[in-house]
Parts: sequence; structure tokens; C-alpha cells
Amino acid sequence: MARPAEGFAEGLRVITANRLDSGAVVWFGPGDSWAHRIAAATIFERAEEAEAALERAKAAAAAGVVVEPYLIEVVRGDDRVRPLRPRELIRSLGPSVRADLGIQAGQQQ
Amino acid sequence: MTHLQAGPYHQAGQYHYDEIDRRFLAERVEQFRRQVERRISGELTEAEFRPLRLMNGLYLQLHAYMLRVAVPYGVLSSAQLRQLAAIGRKYDRGYGHFTTRQNLQFNWIKLVDVPAILDDLAKVDMHAIQTSGNCIRNVTTDQFAGAAEDEVVDPRVYAEIMRQWSTLHPEFTFLPRKFKIAITGSPHDRAALAIHDVAVRARRLADGAVGFDIYVGGGLGRSPFLAKLLREGLPEADLLAYLEAVLRIYNQYGRRDNIYKARIKILVHEVGIDKLRQQIDAEFERIRGPKYRLESAIVDAIRAHFAPPPFEVLPDEVPSVVVAMTGDAAFARWVQTNVVRHRQPGYASVTISLKPAGGIPGDATSEQMEAVADLAERFSFGELRVSHEQNLVLAHVRRDALHALWTELGKHGLETANAGLIGDIIACPGLDYCALANARSIPLAQQISERFADPERQHLIGELKIKMSGCINACGHHHVGHIGVLGVDKHGVETYQITIGGSADEKAALGAVVGPAVGYDEVTDKIERLVAAYLDWRLEGERFIDTVARLGVKAFRERVYGPAA
Amino acid sequence: MALLLKDGAVAENSWLAIDDEAVTVPEGPVIVSLERWRRDRAALSARNTPLGVRLKSDQLAGEVAADLDRFTLVALEFPVFRDGRAFSTARELREHHGFTGEIRAVGHVLPDQYQFLVRTGFTSVEVADTAKLESWRHALSEISVAYQAALTDDTPLSNLRRRVGTVG
Ligand code: SF4
Repeated sequence: MARPAEGFAEGLRVITANRLDSGAVVWFGPGDSWAHRIAAATIFERAEEAEAALERAKAAAAAGVVVEPYLIEVVRGDDRVRPLRPRELIRSLGPSVRADLGIQAGQQQ
Repeated sequence: MTHLQAGPYHQAGQYHYDEIDRRFLAERVEQFRRQVERRISGELTEAEFRPLRLMNGLYLQLHAYMLRVAVPYGVLSSAQLRQLAAIGRKYDRGYGHFTTRQNLQFNWIKLVDVPAILDDLAKVDMHAIQTSGNCIRNVTTDQFAGAAEDEVVDPRVYAEIMRQWSTLHPEFTFLPRKFKIAITGSPHDRAALAIHDVAVRARRLADGAVGFDIYVGGGLGRSPFLAKLLREGLPEADLLAYLEAVLRIYNQYGRRDNIYKARIKILVHEVGIDKLRQQIDAEFERIRGPKYRLESAIVDAIRAHFAPPPFEVLPDEVPSVVVAMTGDAAFARWVQTNVVRHRQPGYASVTISLKPAGGIPGDATSEQMEAVADLAERFSFGELRVSHEQNLVLAHVRRDALHALWTELGKHGLETANAGLIGDIIACPGLDYCALANARSIPLAQQISERFADPERQHLIGELKIKMSGCINACGHHHVGHIGVLGVDKHGVETYQITIGGSADEKAALGAVVGPAVGYDEVTDKIERLVAAYLDWRLEGERFIDTVARLGVKAFRERVYGPAA
Repeated sequence: MALLLKDGAVAENSWLAIDDEAVTVPEGPVIVSLERWRRDRAALSARNTPLGVRLKSDQLAGEVAADLDRFTLVALEFPVFRDGRAFSTARELREHHGFTGEIRAVGHVLPDQYQFLVRTGFTSVEVADTAKLESWRHALSEISVAYQAALTDDTPLSNLRRRVGTVG
């Protein structure tokens, strides 16, 4: 996820990963917890905050809770937060071709 | 553990495990169980565990872990398919996805469940060994092996031998990159030989003995190459020694500095086929010897597993079929596309399309798997196949039972008459499931198959193979599609590159880009215009691919994108 | 500190690995890099103690084939466990070049590879002293059936299959 630092400060970021034991998609939330809904994720507005949190998230990966945490860009609107890119949008919902499956269907992996 | 032999139907032409094989498999499951425990306890880091889990078919995808179950050279028994259905229900979300490598993937797997799933698979002599990782992968072959009218050598025998030989091979399990082997025993190539790292064409040598032409260096991905002829007429006894030589040269000299240059195709390209042949031949001469000889007694013992099922002696022409055909247009269409001739008089091989209009290519629900397992028992000696086109095959069906089979298939939404037609789209999972994807492929395939849903129109268009991949890894074989669609990520927007003129059979060719990449909403229209151009221009008896070959890509580009493009 | 494993158990390591920069070479059995061997060939040959050579993963068997009678040990390096070239190197040393001395795996190897190492001709493995020895000990008895010929004298079972590993 090597990204240029410029432009980053304006963008909103959250940290995501998959749980080691179940593979479930999770987002880094308050108190360094891992939430199963992106709505519960901590949103970082500043690059330094995001990087510092990513270090703590990586510690959770080293401890075997999650696998490979990384930062993603999100947008906020209508009081909701959603990922900017299609890949992360699909991860936050479930397969676009199976509305009956995944987070969008209220299923928890 | 005699559950497989228990039923009256167990006549499937497949390798039957004995206690030795079962002991091995049980040990392998235990080994993986401990690997999972060691990962969870922290003894193994993710970087160490990842290759170990991949070697056992376990990926971490977008939503969950994905387990790729091996279907050796695409052959399954009814009992095995039923077990897959049960696993899908118990540990997944009630369905599975058949892949272009004749395997089955479960998409919603938890790591902690995998050892139990492997136990369940082992109960029916199945596993996920070497369905991923930088090792020798599941050997693939012709879905009509042992039944095809044009077959000269039964490739399953040698596919099984290569499967065994490559299983946990001590020297070749940490290769530079994955290694895919395909084999066919027919002149008409249904196994896509040209796109494999090593391809084996089994044939009869001048003296009538079985021998092999070996091809090397095919592969798609970022730099696609078609395999080149490496060795002609290799004697049967030398098969394994020769493969050892190929793999050893690759293991030693294949590039390890760049993942995109690590396949053997790049070694062939950089070293040159002639020089590489010299190296391999020199290695082969050193290896060749009694220890690595493939003894004919071993071949015979394995061949015995693939004895033909107890066919009945039947006349070849079955009037009832003809009558039914004339009476029922839908059945007639299905017979025309989904039924092929069998070497045994009175029998046929049937493709069960997993591509209904608007459906997800290759997906089958647990209920459908159970239904097909039952039908395989009723109509095809309890055996079925997975094709690289992501369909299922009943290889040995009596012609006079075709109508009954078709009627039964219709009850489960499995009667789609489109094998080889525009609706029979190969599509990889793409961005809906795959962590490597750039763009979605499934919903596009659904759009296209819906647009061309009219069976009469599909039949009018004739043979047309659309193949789609969600990224340059090309799991959907887009380079060799008559029409290929590749998903690319343009600044965070799903975009698609369309190629035409590719082919995966004995006249293999790589497709050429037909015009600028287009957005998600434009792909289906572009394809419709390509098809319209073909229909306007085709000569009598010409398939889409033939018209492209005759007129060239440029003509289609100008027609579809305008002269300026 | 590294530990040495032979036959699944910790064994005494009588060999000393010598840095390329070390000015003096101590008494006793030493392992030098291929580069050092080429540089100090005469001096190293004049010593009266066993000599070992260490090959990087891209230094294949052919590089030492002509000199093998000088060495009682060849150490093969795994820069990372995924780099499997040394499996082929070991096998070539044994099968084509008739090397009968010790072949030692050094660097990053996993217990899960132990049986592969043994079957391709390795005799010993150097592991970190933090390694879980239980996993290493267990690794040789984990799988008891192999489907291909290799370097160990396996008991044939039937067809391609043979009995391998220590009975655990
Ligand atoms: S082609 Fe790409 S997107 Fe499709 S399955 Fe393969 S890796 Fe995933």
C-alpha cells in the first residue's frame, strides 16, 4: 500500500483486515477493537494518526488476531461511511452478485 | 473405510484408494491440522503459514478463506459429489464454484473449520493437496477422457500417475512459481494444452506403443505464451524421469527475483527452446535409469482402475431419440450442443451446463450437486466430470435415455442448451470474491448471457467462446477466448479490455485487443456489435473465430469502434 | 546461537563457520563460503582438518563438483524457506556427483520441510535455538507414504508408493 503522502491528509482513512481464525472482514475501531461493520470503524483524518493506528493494528496482526491490516480510503455522506474503491466496497458488503450473502445480508463470517 | 465400495453404483472410472492411500491422506490431514494449530499459537508467522496453507488449497480472499478442493483430472464419483454438497451446506453457504482447473472452490470457509472439512473430504478419498502454491498443481485433462470417439490413449491413466508422482514431491514443492500440467490422448485438444507449463500429448508411436509429445512453457498471465514442442515421441517408461529433468532445470534456473517472470514460460523465452532442450536432455540422460523408470507393470496396475464401465451392447441409432428430437425443439437443441458422440455404440457424453442465462458461471448449489450425483448414478455409472469450461459432464449415457435425463435436468435448472455457445461463458470469480481482482467478471457474464438468452439466437450464432478474467492472472483464460474480456483497474474504476481471435484447442492462438478499454456498462454492447459484424460477414459454415481469422481484427475494430479507433 | 539437528534430534556441532573477512582460520573443522574457497584454495587445502563449503541458493552443484573430494561437508543455504533450489542441489550432489559427506541445510527452513530435506539427501539442519524442537522431532514421522523415488532407501509398497520416514 505504498501511497504518496500528498493528498493523503485530506482523505479519510480507516484500517481494515481479516480475522485470522475466521477470515471475516473487520475494521479497526475505538479502543483498538476489531469491528464487523465499517460503521463502527475509527475514521482517521490525519495521516499521522492513521499511521500510528496502523502500527497498533500490525501489533494485533503479530499477535495473531488479524491478518495483514492496511489503510483504505473512505468517503462520508448521508451519515454513512463507505469505501471509495470498488474492491473495498465489495469487501464491506459481500459479493455484488449475491445480495443474500455476506455483511449486506446481515451474515457474520 | 469401505464406504465408497459399498454402493452398487461404484463403477466410476477413477483411481480407487486403498489403505495405503488412505493412510497417507489421513496423515496429510493431521499435518495440516497441526499447521493450523501452530499458526494460531504463533509458532508460525503468516509469512510462513501462507505458502503452507496455499499448498493445501487455502486462500484468504475478500470475505473469508476460500478452500479449493482437488478434483483429480476432473473425475468425481456420485458419492464424492454428494459429500461436496454436504460440506457446502455444513461449512459454507450451500454452494460451490467449479473452476477452469476442474476443481471446486468453497468461498466462505473459516480457518478453524478447515481440518474438519479435510476430514470430511478424506472420508470420500478427496483432499485439497496442491491446488495452489508454488508446486505441481492438479493435473488436468479432457473431460471426455475414456469416452471420446477420437481418443487414442486414455489420458486418465497417465494423469493419475503424474498426480501420484507429484504429490508432496520432496524436490519440487518449493518451485519458483506454480506448475500446471495437462494431458490429452485425443487429436482434438479439449484440455487447452497450449496454455500449460507442461503439456503432454499421449499418442501411439510407430510401433503401436504409447508415447508422448511433451510441450513446455505455455501460460497466460501478464506475458502470455503458447507452449512449444520440447520432445517428440518420449517412450512411456521415460515419462517420470523426463518430467524430473524438466522440473529440476526449472527449479534451478527459473527466475525467483520477480513473481511475474518466475513461470517456466519466461525461462523458455529467455533461454530459448533449443538451449533449454539441451539442458533438459542432459539432465534426463543423467536421471534416466532403473530407479526412475515407469515400469509397465505399474502402468497396467493403474490402468486397471480405468477399465470401461459395463456397457451394454446397443445399436448405434436410437429411433426414440430422433423421434423426440423432431417432436421437441428444446430437446433437439440440447442434443445438438450438449451431447457428443461416444466411442461405445448406443452411448453419448453429456455436458450439463452450469451457465443458465443470468446465472453465475460454474456455481452449483448443494441441491444441484446432489441432483447431479443422483443422475450420474441413474444414467452414467455413478461417475461425472468437471470440464475446464466450468461445466459438469456425464460421460457414459445411453442414447435412448437422453430424453429422460434431459427431463430430469430440467427439474433442477440444469437443462441449458448452450455448451460451446455464447452463453457458455468462462468467468473467474473476479472482484466479487477474489483478493487479487481488479474488476468484476461474474455480473458481466450474467449480463451477456441474459442479453443472448434466446436459445434460437444462440444456436444461430453458433460456436463462440467468451472467456473473462477479473485481472491479468487470467484464471478465466481470456487470452484464448474467441472473445476475451479482461478487467483492469483504471484509477479505481472497473474497466475492460476486449480481445478477439484467441483459441485454446489444437489451433491455439492468443487473442488481439480489438479496441480501447471500455467501462462496465459498455462491454455487453460491444460484444453484441462484434457478434452482429460476424453474422453479417460470415460465410457458410464459418464460426466466429473463422471469420475473425479470415477478415482480421482490424475489420472488427473499425466496425465496432469506428474507423478512427 | 543455532542448534544442529540430525535424525530429528539435537546433535553436537563440531563445525565452525568462518567469516569471509576472518584473517586467521582456527584449528578444527571449518565451513567457508565458495568465494573464500576460491580465494584461499591453497591455504585451505594445506590444512589438515576437515573442510566444508557453504553454497548460496543460486550456487548450484556444478560449482563445486570438481572439488568435492576436498570437502567433508557441504552447507546449502535457504535465504528464505520458499527458495527451494537447494533441494535440487543436494540431490545432484548425491546422485550425479557421488558426494557422500554431510549435506547441511542452513538459513530459513521449516519443520514442514524436514522430510523433503532428508529425502533429497540432506543429513543435518541448522535451526535457531528458539525453534520448537517438538515440531522438528515430529516432522520425520508425520507422513509415512511417498509416491516417488528419491534419495532415501525407502521400502517399496506397491506401484509408485513406498514407506518413508521414521515410524512415529
Ligand atoms: S483472474 Fe484475477 S480476479 Fe480472476 S480469479 Fe484469477 S486472480 Fe482472481
